[in-house]
Amino acid sequence: MKIRSMILAGAALATLSAFTAQAAETIKIAFVDPLSGPFASTGSSGLQQFRYAVDELVNKKGGVLGGRMFEIVAYDNKMSPKESLIQFKRAIGEGVHFIAQGNSSGVANALTDAIKKHNKRNPDNRALFLNYSAVDPVLTNAKCNFWHFRFDANADIKMNALTDVIKVNTDIKKIYLIGQDYSFGKAVAAAAVRFLGEKRPDIEIVGNELHPIGKVKDFTPYATKIRASGADAVITGNWGADMVGLGKAIGDTGLEIPIYTYYAANDGITKTIGAGGKNKIRLVHEGPLNPPRTEAYKAYHSGFKAKNPDKDISQFRIVNTIQMLAAAIEKAGSDKPIDVARALEGMKFTTLHGEEIVMRAEDHQMLQPIHISVHTDENITFDSDNSGFGLLVEKSVPASDAALPTTCKMKRPS
Amino acid sequence: MSEITNTQTDEISVPFVKRFGPWIFLAIGLIVLPYIFSSNIAVYTMNLMGIFIIFALAYNMLLGQGGMLSFGHAVYFGLGGFMSVHFMNYVEAEVVVLPMFILPIFGGIIGLIFAFIIGSFSTRRAGTVFAMISLGVGELIAACSLIFVAFFGGEEGVTGDRTMGPEILGIDFAQDIEVYYLIAGWAFITIGLMYLFSRTPMGRMANAVRDNDERAEFIGYSQVRVRLVSFCASGFFAGIAGGLFAINFEIVTEENLNALTSGVVLLMTYIGGVGFFVGPIVGAVIFTLLQTLLSNYTEIWQLYVGLLFVLTVMYVPQGLTGLIAMHIPAYKMKRMSGLFVPYLRIGVPSAIMVAGMAGFLETVHHVRSAAVGETMMSLIGIEFDTHTVVPWIIVCGMSISGGFFAKSQVSQLREAWDTANAPQTSNEGASS
Amino acid sequence: MFELIFFSLLNGIVTGLLLFMLASGLTLIFSMMGVLNFAHASFYMLGAYFAYTISEYVGFWPGLIIAPVLVGVLGALIERYGLRYVHRWGHVAELIFTFGLAFLIEEVVSFIWGKETKAYQEPEILQFALFTFFGQDFPAYKAFMIFISIAICIALLLVLTRTRIGLIIQAAISHPNMTAMLGHNVPFVFMGVFGVGCALAGLAGVIAGPALTTFPGMAVVLGSIVFVIVVVGGLGSLGGAFVASLIIGLMQTFAISLDYSVSDILSVLNITPDSEGALRDLWTLSLPQVAPILPYLLLVLILIFRPTGLFGKRES
Repeated sequence: MKIRSMILAGAALATLSAFTAQAAETIKIAFVDPLSGPFASTGSSGLQQFRYAVDELVNKKGGVLGGRMFEIVAYDNKMSPKESLIQFKRAIGEGVHFIAQGNSSGVANALTDAIKKHNKRNPDNRALFLNYSAVDPVLTNAKCNFWHFRFDANADIKMNALTDVIKVNTDIKKIYLIGQDYSFGKAVAAAAVRFLGEKRPDIEIVGNELHPIGKVKDFTPYATKIRASGADAVITGNWGADMVGLGKAIGDTGLEIPIYTYYAANDGITKTIGAGGKNKIRLVHEGPLNPPRTEAYKAYHSGFKAKNPDKDISQFRIVNTIQMLAAAIEKAGSDKPIDVARALEGMKFTTLHGEEIVMRAEDHQMLQPIHISVHTDENITFDSDNSGFGLLVEKSVPASDAALPTTCKMKRPS
Repeated sequence: MSEITNTQTDEISVPFVKRFGPWIFLAIGLIVLPYIFSSNIAVYTMNLMGIFIIFALAYNMLLGQGGMLSFGHAVYFGLGGFMSVHFMNYVEAEVVVLPMFILPIFGGIIGLIFAFIIGSFSTRRAGTVFAMISLGVGELIAACSLIFVAFFGGEEGVTGDRTMGPEILGIDFAQDIEVYYLIAGWAFITIGLMYLFSRTPMGRMANAVRDNDERAEFIGYSQVRVRLVSFCASGFFAGIAGGLFAINFEIVTEENLNALTSGVVLLMTYIGGVGFFVGPIVGAVIFTLLQTLLSNYTEIWQLYVGLLFVLTVMYVPQGLTGLIAMHIPAYKMKRMSGLFVPYLRIGVPSAIMVAGMAGFLETVHHVRSAAVGETMMSLIGIEFDTHTVVPWIIVCGMSISGGFFAKSQVSQLREAWDTANAPQTSNEGASS
Repeated sequence: MFELIFFSLLNGIVTGLLLFMLASGLTLIFSMMGVLNFAHASFYMLGAYFAYTISEYVGFWPGLIIAPVLVGVLGALIERYGLRYVHRWGHVAELIFTFGLAFLIEEVVSFIWGKETKAYQEPEILQFALFTFFGQDFPAYKAFMIFISIAICIALLLVLTRTRIGLIIQAAISHPNMTAMLGHNVPFVFMGVFGVGCALAGLAGVIAGPALTTFPGMAVVLGSIVFVIVVVGGLGSLGGAFVASLIIGLMQTFAISLDYSVSDILSVLNITPDSEGALRDLWTLSLPQVAPILPYLLLVLILIFRPTGLFGKRES
């Protein structure tokens, strides 16, 4: 009797320890982005893309390191730097070592700083920052640090590609710059002024405007001002609700000029702009959506749409982030942040679109081909917001042409 | 409001233990807590609690003690934070040499200065005019913080490094636990000072002005001056809380002084109970717990917080502390045992009803937000398919039957309540 | 320049009239019940969302009538079963109740409709440019917004001054006790006015939703501005609210349109400020930058120097 109960207890203990061992084996990735507030739609769409990428590209293929699965854990940061730090601490407390964040460079600036401090103070419990969308150039220049990796092209690189396109468009004589009043908006404006000055000194910048982020209720006065300035083109870095409002207001004034944007698609924006923006709105981005280039991507996209009919693959870099993280963990043979970081440095990778990309070692900035697409309903294979409208690639700039030198002087842990 | 005035007995003749007991208890509690809750995240949550306890108590100096409803009190909290983080950077740049633990005092001073400037015109009137000015000033300064980048750092805020100060006794504040003891120390001091303030003639006059400003004037006190003094003191303590915030987070942003933070402090103070000194403490603890724990389990926690707040305002205006305080007379008469069974009889069905409603909301939320084909969800460890009828019948059944039984038990509870408090003719807590 | 002024004027009037639809209801409620309804802009948001859902099924036009009625009924119910209950705890509790309600309504809206922007569109029939001036279009929908707002203004004026109900309301505003003693059901009048005020806000939401985008944060961006109008215009004064609405509407559009900055003034005065000091941002301050704070500046100044507001007769 006694022996039997001991065996039972032993078995129970064994199953319990097996369970905990298995639980410890999943590699958790914290998703720290807005899931509430004015920019919630961008955040929740990103979350679904992460979840799908993890399931489809890692877990269904047997995981990494011989069967360890990825798991995305969502943390709502309400797009506030303070809340992000709270969520970061929480994630660390829950044994997460990979932090993915993208929405708002303000948050990314706070987070990269916090992760740097945390890693210095807790060398045995470090974290790695996978920045999938915050594009303030400073993050891979003056403020670069070893624990931060950026999978999106930064604002300068995108502007470099964009101005290559504007350079050859001789119809454009006057340009109006408008953006959100924070680090990213300012970075876009500064880059535009710089590159236009270098490439097309004849272009006059007729307006350089910053508006409060997420607080403008009516963009009509801004649209009127743009119209009155006689601009031939508009450049904006606006995203989320601010892009919807601006796009709509410009459309209402009947302006027939190109609007060069960073984020004017998906998450309700394409649908709201609709026919009013046809052949007007242009977007600078990574990952050539239309026409699709590979069967592998087609299958991936269709699979995502079948599972999330209301959402789109608006941020292809998320796919790259997950695939490269998995590859780096395999290459390092470990999931310790420091080993993974070393494996990621200088890593070359072929994306689902068949493009060659590389994570530059000196500043942890991804170098990748940049595409300029137009908002249209013709020749669209994969539309956005199920609206019939989507992004059609007009021009592509190879990674080597878009790349820019960095001022980063990185201190590496020994 | 008048029935929940501070009416503690005169304590000059109170024995030592009764007088200092709570304080000793508080001090020991603050020291021991991190040994009980030792995980990183627990320490972090307690740090947050400490900061908001000070802030909420400072806020209640206005709302509870002075009857002034402010919609912009985060201004002083935020300014205190900005000032402290700037000093933190001065220390790092070796412009000044200061130990880190002293920084919150600078936050307090800037809070005091601004409270004096703004209070000099806003406290001239009480009531709605005061509330509107506080709202306007709050919005004004929050918007200014995005314009004056040199001081406020714009949207990204100002960051600092708390470990750069001179080390004292080997403490460099690298770990959260060290910050915990710093916050606990400040909390102990400020709670004590705020309690003492409420005992001074000025603190008492604030109550008088709140209840009847004309009468207060007749005694010879200027109501404007009394309000101004309360306002300045409140700004000072809010600034200290802001300074602690700066040390804890090493970042201060615009949201520290915007309307949302002002709303949060109002919310936690009110849920805790404005009529009691400990009310805001209870409120800050509960709100922080809700914020950090509830958001772990559910995405729609803000909906629950909103419901809780509205229901509190409607049915328990004395706050949670008031709810507890209602039982003091029965407790003193040793009749609590008579209430136990009636509470159980109404509590169980009510809990079932609440659980059913929460289950309903969660299931609806899951159906709406989950990916297509993902019909399985798990609630408190139970896995089920949201696209079948059974879970819906269960949650609806729980809500309706729970509500029905709870309602049927109201009369027996009322009876038990009346018997428990029967001979007490003038008991104030149970007047509702 | 003339083009800019012309269109800013029009845009300012559109914004101002829209704000007045919200402010008129709020000021009626405030002057009768002494409650500043923090949730007023939330009813505006509810109007937009109701109309969006209705337009999904039966189109825009039925929503123009049904949505405000629904919002009005909801408002009346909240007054009857919420606010009137809270009234016993005093004014501060009432104010806090509406504050909590605003918070709750936003959460409920994002629970029911989700957090993303809704594609609530203006009706096809109004999607054309009414006229083109200096090459700039003026959308017909904007004109429609002006038309509806003015129609509501006139209707409100007529009801308040020409009908028996209007006279009772006016009496209840100034002397609630006396009106009750004359045998009128004052609580019922309160409920009715609250409902109508909410319905007006709802109607504003219905017509503003397509123009200003429909999302859960739309109440917050408008909420406190409406207070500013009510307080600046003067408590209980519809005329004051009207003037203040137009002032704020025009002020906000013109502040964005006109690019003047402190450095312009300084250069006229031949002063070169230092570009390093802590006040360096002050010297580059421009009018569009300060546009969002102008209403609050106005509010604070009015409250300090003329607490009764522009046209008001009493403080609270």
